[in-house]
Amino acid sequence: MQNSIRRDQPVIYLDNNATTKVDLAVVEAMLPFLSDYYGNPSSMHSFGGQVGKAVKEARDHVAALFGAEASEIVFTSCGTEGNNTAIRAALAAQPDRRHIITTQVEHPCVLNVCKQLEKQGYTVTYLSVDHQGMIDLMELEAAITGNTALVTTMYANNETGVIFPIEEIGGIVKEYGATFHVDAVQVAGKLPLNMKTSTVDLMTISGHKLHAPKGVGALYVRKGFRFRPFMIGGHQERGRRAGTENVPGIIGLGKAAEIANFELNYLGREARLRDRLEQGLLNSIPDCQVNGHPTKRLPNTTNIGFKYIEGEAILLSLNQYGICASSGSACTSGSLDPSHVLQAMGLPYTILHGSIRFSLSRFSNETEVDRVLEVMPGIVERLRAMSPFNSDEADWLQGRQEAILSHH
Amino acid sequence: MWDYTEKVLDLFYNPKNQGALPDNNEAGVAVVYGEVGSIACGDALRLHLKIEVESDRILDSSFQTFGCTSAIASSSALTELVKGLSLDEALKISNQDIAEYLGGLPEAKMHCSVMGQEALEAAIFKYRGIEVEAHEDDEGTLVCSCFGISENRIRRVVIENNLTTAEEVTNYVKAGGGCGTCLTNIEDIIEAVQAEREAMPAKLAAEITTVQEQPNRPLTTVQKIELIQRVLTEEVRPVLLADGGDVELYDVDGDRVLVTLTGACGSCPSSTATLKGAIESRLKERVLPSLFVEAVN
Repeated sequence: MQNSIRRDQPVIYLDNNATTKVDLAVVEAMLPFLSDYYGNPSSMHSFGGQVGKAVKEARDHVAALFGAEASEIVFTSCGTEGNNTAIRAALAAQPDRRHIITTQVEHPCVLNVCKQLEKQGYTVTYLSVDHQGMIDLMELEAAITGNTALVTTMYANNETGVIFPIEEIGGIVKEYGATFHVDAVQVAGKLPLNMKTSTVDLMTISGHKLHAPKGVGALYVRKGFRFRPFMIGGHQERGRRAGTENVPGIIGLGKAAEIANFELNYLGREARLRDRLEQGLLNSIPDCQVNGHPTKRLPNTTNIGFKYIEGEAILLSLNQYGICASSGSACTSGSLDPSHVLQAMGLPYTILHGSIRFSLSRFSNETEVDRVLEVMPGIVERLRAMSPFNSDEADWLQGRQEAILSHH
Repeated sequence: MWDYTEKVLDLFYNPKNQGALPDNNEAGVAVVYGEVGSIACGDALRLHLKIEVESDRILDSSFQTFGCTSAIASSSALTELVKGLSLDEALKISNQDIAEYLGGLPEAKMHCSVMGQEALEAAIFKYRGIEVEAHEDDEGTLVCSCFGISENRIRRVVIENNLTTAEEVTNYVKAGGGCGTCLTNIEDIIEAVQAEREAMPAKLAAEITTVQEQPNRPLTTVQKIELIQRVLTEEVRPVLLADGGDVELYDVDGDRVLVTLTGACGSCPSSTATLKGAIESRLKERVLPSLFVEAVN
C-alpha cells in the first residue's frame, strides 16, 4: 500500500460493491470455529457433530435471506464459483439445448464462461442495454427459442447498480422451458429476496459483499432442479459441492445473512445517504452526470461521469484524503479498455474515462459523505485545469475523436 | 493498485509546469505546442514549448494532460527534462529517459512515457514545419485497429526499448490491448526485428573481412554500387524506416552518390542536411572514403 495515505487520517470506505468490511459480530461468531471448534462436520463423533449443527444453523439463516428452504442452499467458495457452477449445471440439465442468453454487462465470471462455451459449440446471445443500463424484454423475447438451455443475468449491476426486472425476465424464460440463473451477488442484503414466489431456478450470492469474509458464498438451487455438481468428490452439501466445508466462512456467512435480513428494514437510510452524496456532487460540480437508471437502482450505488478528466487520476486524488471509490476508466483496469458496462450503455468517451463509482454500506455515515462533498469539487477543478479538454475547446476534442474513429 | 514511485506521486499531486504557455509575441521567441492522444484512448497530452529562434533552444515548457496519474507525472517530468535543451538535444529524449526521471513506471503504464516523447517530437516538428501526420508513421500497415497503431510505430518501439513480447508492446503503445486479434501480428514483428538484429553483426563481420582481405584492390563500379546498395539497405534504411522515412539509391556517378529521401525526412530541409551527412559518413566508412552524397527529388 502506498504511503500517500496519511496514517492519522480515517479511511472513508465508499467501495462496498468491491468488497465490504466484515461485521464485528460476524468475526465474533467465526472465531470459535477457527480455534476451539475445528472438527469436521462430516465426522461421526460429537466433536465434529457440534460443528455440523452450527453449519446447519448458518444454512437456515442464509435460506431465510433467500426466502428459500435450507435444502435449497449450497455453500460455495465465492460468487465466481457459484456462477460457474450454475451455468454448467443448467447446461447439463438440458444437454440437447445449445443456446444461452445473457447480457453484455455481466460480471467477467459469467461473460468469460459464455465466451468459452461458444468455443465448445454453444450459441450465446448477449442482450444489449440502453443508455440507462436497462435491458429490453422485447430483445429477450426475440432471442429466446426452444433451443435455449439457459438465461443468465445479473439481478443488479455492480458498476451502475441498475436493477433488472428479474421476475418479468423469468416469466419469459419459463414459457420456453429454459433454466433461469440470476447473479445476485450485488443484491443480497440490499433488496428483499423471496424464492418461494420467484421464477428463478438458480441464484448466486457472495459473502464478502454483505459483510461476511471473502472465500465463502452460496448458490440457491430450486427444489426439484436436476442439479449436477461442478466440484466432484465427497458427499458434502448433499453431493452438490464436494470438498470439506469452509466452516468459519460458512458460520460467518450465516451470521452476516442473519444481520442483513434484519438490516433490510433500514435500507431507506442508506438510500438517503446515497442521494445526499449524488445530489451534492451534481449540484456542486458542473459537467457531470449519473450513469444508470435514475430509479431502478440499488440503494447504495451511484456512478457519476465527470467530463474531460480521467478516472484513475480522480481515484488517486481521493486516495489522498483516505477516500476509497472505484472507476470504470481504462487506466484503472489494467486492460486498456474502459468499463464494458459503460461502453455497452453507449456513453461517450468524455464520460467513460471519468466515471467514478461510490458504493455505500450500512457502516457509511453522513460525515463521510460530507467529506467527499467537501473535497470532490476541488479535485475535479484541479484535474480539469490540467486537462487540454474542456467545453471551450470542443473542436480539438471533436477533431481527435474523428481521428481515432477514422482508424477503425 | 498501481505501484507508483514517490516521484510519480509527487509530480501528480504537485505537478510542475502545468497549463498553456502564453504567446506574448516576444521578438525572437516562438511558442508552439504538440499534441498526441485523444479522449477516446483515455489519455492525451498537449505539450507547449517556448523556443528561442536564434539559438534553437527551449526556454520554457508546459503541459496540459488528460489522463491518469502516470500520464500527468510523465508530462510534468518531460517539461522539466526539456528546459534549456537545444531542439536537436530534445529530440534525443526517449521515453526511457522520461521513465527514468520518474524512477520507473509500472510496465502497463509505459505508454504514458511514450506519449510524452511523441508529443515532444510533434511540437518540435510543428515548429520546424515538418508535416506531423506524415511522420506519425501511420503511413505503414495498420496492425492494431483498436488503437490505430501502425507496423512502423510498433517496429520503432520494439527497436528503441528492446521489447521481446507482445505484452510489452501493449504496455508501451497499447497495440494489442483492445480486441487482441493483432497480438500474433505483433509477435511476428518482434520476431522480424530480432532476426534483423541478430543478422546484423554477422553481416558486418563478413563485410569487414571482405574489405580487409582486399586492402588495395579498387572496387569495380558494379562492386561499388553493390556495396553502397548493401550498406543503405542493411544499415541505413532500417533506422530511417523506424522513423517513418526512407532512402533509395538513385544513381552513382564516380564518387557522387545520388539518393532520394522520402517520408518524414524528405520534406524537411534541415533534417535532410543532417541525414545526408549521416548517410555520407556511413558510406565513406563502409565503402570508399572519397564518396559524397547528394539528395535528389
